[in-house]
Amino acid sequence: MTTPFPFSAIVGQDQMKLAMVLTAIDPGIGGVLVFGDRGTGKSTAVRALAALLPPVTAVRGCPVNSERLEDCPDWADIRDPDLIDRPTPVVDLPLGVTEDRVTGALDIERALTQGEKAFEPGLLARANRGYLYIDEVNLLEDHIVDLLLDVAQSGVNAVEREGLSIRHAARFVLVGSGNPEEGELRPQLLDRFGLSVEVTSPDTIEDRVEVIRRRSAYETETDTFLAHWQAEDAALRDRILAARAALAGVATPEDILRDCANLSLALGTDGLRGELTLLRAARALAAHDGAAAITRDQLRTIAPLALGHRLRRDPLDEAGSAARVTRAVSDVLG
Amino acid sequence: MSAPPAWTRTLRAMAALAVDPGGLGGLTLRARAGPVRQTAEAALAKLPGPQRRIHPEISDTQLFGGLNIAASLAEGRMVRDPGLAETPGLLILPMAERCSAGLAARLGQLLDAGKGHALVMLDEGAEPEEAAPDSLLDRLAFHLDLSGLHWAQVAATLPAPAEIDAARARRASLSLPETSLATLTVLAAQFGIDSLRAPILALAAARALAALDGAGIVTEAHVTEAAELVYPARATQRPEAPEEDSDKEDTPDTDTEEEKDDTATDPGAELPDEMLIDAVAALLPDGLLDRVAARTRARGALSGGGAGARRRGNRHGRPLPARPGHPDGRARIDVIATLRAAAPWQGLRAGRGGTRITIHPADIRLRRYEDRSDRLVIFIVDASGSAAMARLAEAKGAVELLLGQAYSRRDHVALVAFRGTGAETLLPPTRSLVQAKRRLAALPGGGGTPLAAGLQEAAALCEQARRRGLTPAFALLTDGRANVALDGSSGRDTARRDAERTAALLAGQARQGCVIDTAPRPGREAAALAGHLAVDCITLPRADAQRLSGAIDTALGGA
Repeated sequence: MTTPFPFSAIVGQDQMKLAMVLTAIDPGIGGVLVFGDRGTGKSTAVRALAALLPPVTAVRGCPVNSERLEDCPDWADIRDPDLIDRPTPVVDLPLGVTEDRVTGALDIERALTQGEKAFEPGLLARANRGYLYIDEVNLLEDHIVDLLLDVAQSGVNAVEREGLSIRHAARFVLVGSGNPEEGELRPQLLDRFGLSVEVTSPDTIEDRVEVIRRRSAYETETDTFLAHWQAEDAALRDRILAARAALAGVATPEDILRDCANLSLALGTDGLRGELTLLRAARALAAHDGAAAITRDQLRTIAPLALGHRLRRDPLDEAGSAARVTRAVSDVLG
Repeated sequence: MSAPPAWTRTLRAMAALAVDPGGLGGLTLRARAGPVRQTAEAALAKLPGPQRRIHPEISDTQLFGGLNIAASLAEGRMVRDPGLAETPGLLILPMAERCSAGLAARLGQLLDAGKGHALVMLDEGAEPEEAAPDSLLDRLAFHLDLSGLHWAQVAATLPAPAEIDAARARRASLSLPETSLATLTVLAAQFGIDSLRAPILALAAARALAALDGAGIVTEAHVTEAAELVYPARATQRPEAPEEDSDKEDTPDTDTEEEKDDTATDPGAELPDEMLIDAVAALLPDGLLDRVAARTRARGALSGGGAGARRRGNRHGRPLPARPGHPDGRARIDVIATLRAAAPWQGLRAGRGGTRITIHPADIRLRRYEDRSDRLVIFIVDASGSAAMARLAEAKGAVELLLGQAYSRRDHVALVAFRGTGAETLLPPTRSLVQAKRRLAALPGGGGTPLAAGLQEAAALCEQARRRGLTPAFALLTDGRANVALDGSSGRDTARRDAERTAALLAGQARQGCVIDTAPRPGREAAALAGHLAVDCITLPRADAQRLSGAIDTALGGA
């Protein structure tokens, strides 16, 4: 079972799929957090994403997938300006990972054999211009979270350890998934995710049967199943590429800016990151829909995803943040 | 002598697992150590394929592999040890009820990777609250309970390895009637099983069972047997006959309630056979709803285990002298200390190694840090009305006394006061005596008793403290007679209800605490409040700061 379950073959879970597609259109949105119960296809979707993404062009041999030769870090010592296409990196950050694996560390092999002080890049280097995926993100150890916060904020990984002083670009889309019952996420990390979605099991019998049917087909008639759905994935990939091209041309009317600000004010979100993400995600959605300008429809769709996790938590409010956002959206946008 | 049905099912589950370990995920056996479990383990040992026993404290290096320092040093290049995860096989985890959420997540990822791993959990939990982590239970097909079986009735009889191999070969060509998909899915929904893994696992189980029986097609009997094996332990509700709706309120879970409504209103889905429902329902464990409630409680107590709760003590804190040890990915090597340890031997080793420094595994020193989890004592003081004024002075004195000892006791102190219509954190967590004295001197009193607001403020403080790695404890000084609700309106009933709700919130945040009844005539209210907070109630009609600080010290179990 090396080929992951195809992205398009996931039944329902439209919000989660939309959020992931939007980050593929505009990586600047800044990540997706998927929270939900067990057995709802969270991990399946993220693992499927890797196969869906269009390839990136990078300098051959560059450890941080730089686009141009000038961007390659000097410690990598790359002279050859050859460009190659490689799959968009989707790097898995396992829970038990050590600090040196994340940031990179002294290359012990070269230190021992050649007596050289060299840098061995870590997962953050590999994830540059791609995705960093953390399953069970709420169970990640605190010191790793601290590291990620800093890097996700600055886009630069600075390594100062074991006599090394090195920095390199580390811009990645952070994708996290988890089950809120097993532990909560620190608000600082929560804020670094651009969009958040809550997933639940499909609630109609037809959908549930369809999930089981596709899963069963994936396991037993793997080849025909994959052949069919990989074609769908390819069509989706083409749409993502078209939306990327259209992104710059999407107009942002003045009153949409005003709506964004009003929404954030009505919900009392902390900081300005909420508005900025809301706008970016709405623009990506407009490009995805093929619209020439952002409209209120896009804001309505995006608001729960972009603002839901930025509300001040009210421990006694059982209604949940999604309901609060929907209420505010209907109040502000009418 | 025929084996009891529970044992027959256990053996069938084990055989099915042997046929399709990757697809079924594994099984969990709930049994105390004893002859029955020994027989079950003997049966497990007969299953073909590699088996490894792991334990709940297994390190990531052992599980996923890591740098082999000894070999790397000897050969002068990176040598990695393969972990248990590299070779697919059956992992057996005893004491599964002690498995931490972190290990559960790692094992879950391992099972999801689809490399053909299977996990057998031996769950020795005695109480309903003690159970293996839900995230793993969800991924394992079979949940078997061996309690109630007698050792004389059980025997480890399994199909021969050759039969299992044959069944594996047959499984690929099995045909599956379309109806069984729908049957299993609808059935899962009727038992209130929300996770979609359950029907997927049941389907895999049906196929494995059919393959074991040598059938060419998955029959109704196999579907029934698979449902009997997979569903009962996951059920959260009893399916009801269509005509009676009376026991609907039995289900505490709103999600499953919706689920049920869908099944009822959905004419397109065919309802599974009554017989099938009865077959699974007959196997539902007794006290189903009690169990669901217990699990929810246990979950509440465990939540928030992600941050700050446990300190490993080797990354942060005050540095201690380095110790020799084996690096296992949890601790970092202290390079200087390692070189220092190797230095005296260089003269002897130079003969073999040339001019380079030769380091042996025994030289390696690990960094250690001392990091005791500090305690935060939050004083929640009722500053309402004139009667409480005297107590306020005592509380101020006690806070000052505790702060005076704070350095040696590693306690931080915070003070929350509530009066009038709201609560206020007068003193954020601190160990600074000067700052505390200044803030305390300016604390006013009088007004209503917004108990709920005070408890809520304290709960928020506790949460913050836990994020910073402190262990919160509280001392609540009140007469318990709340008369102002959370929203600031007065009225004893709503105020009391709000106080009870926020008390549950605070109890979830802080394990240690005490309620000090400050009423001139001690009443039931403070004791009832202590009950909601799950802490002791101390009656202290008259006390000075010394005695108060002593009483709090005793109640919180000393330093």
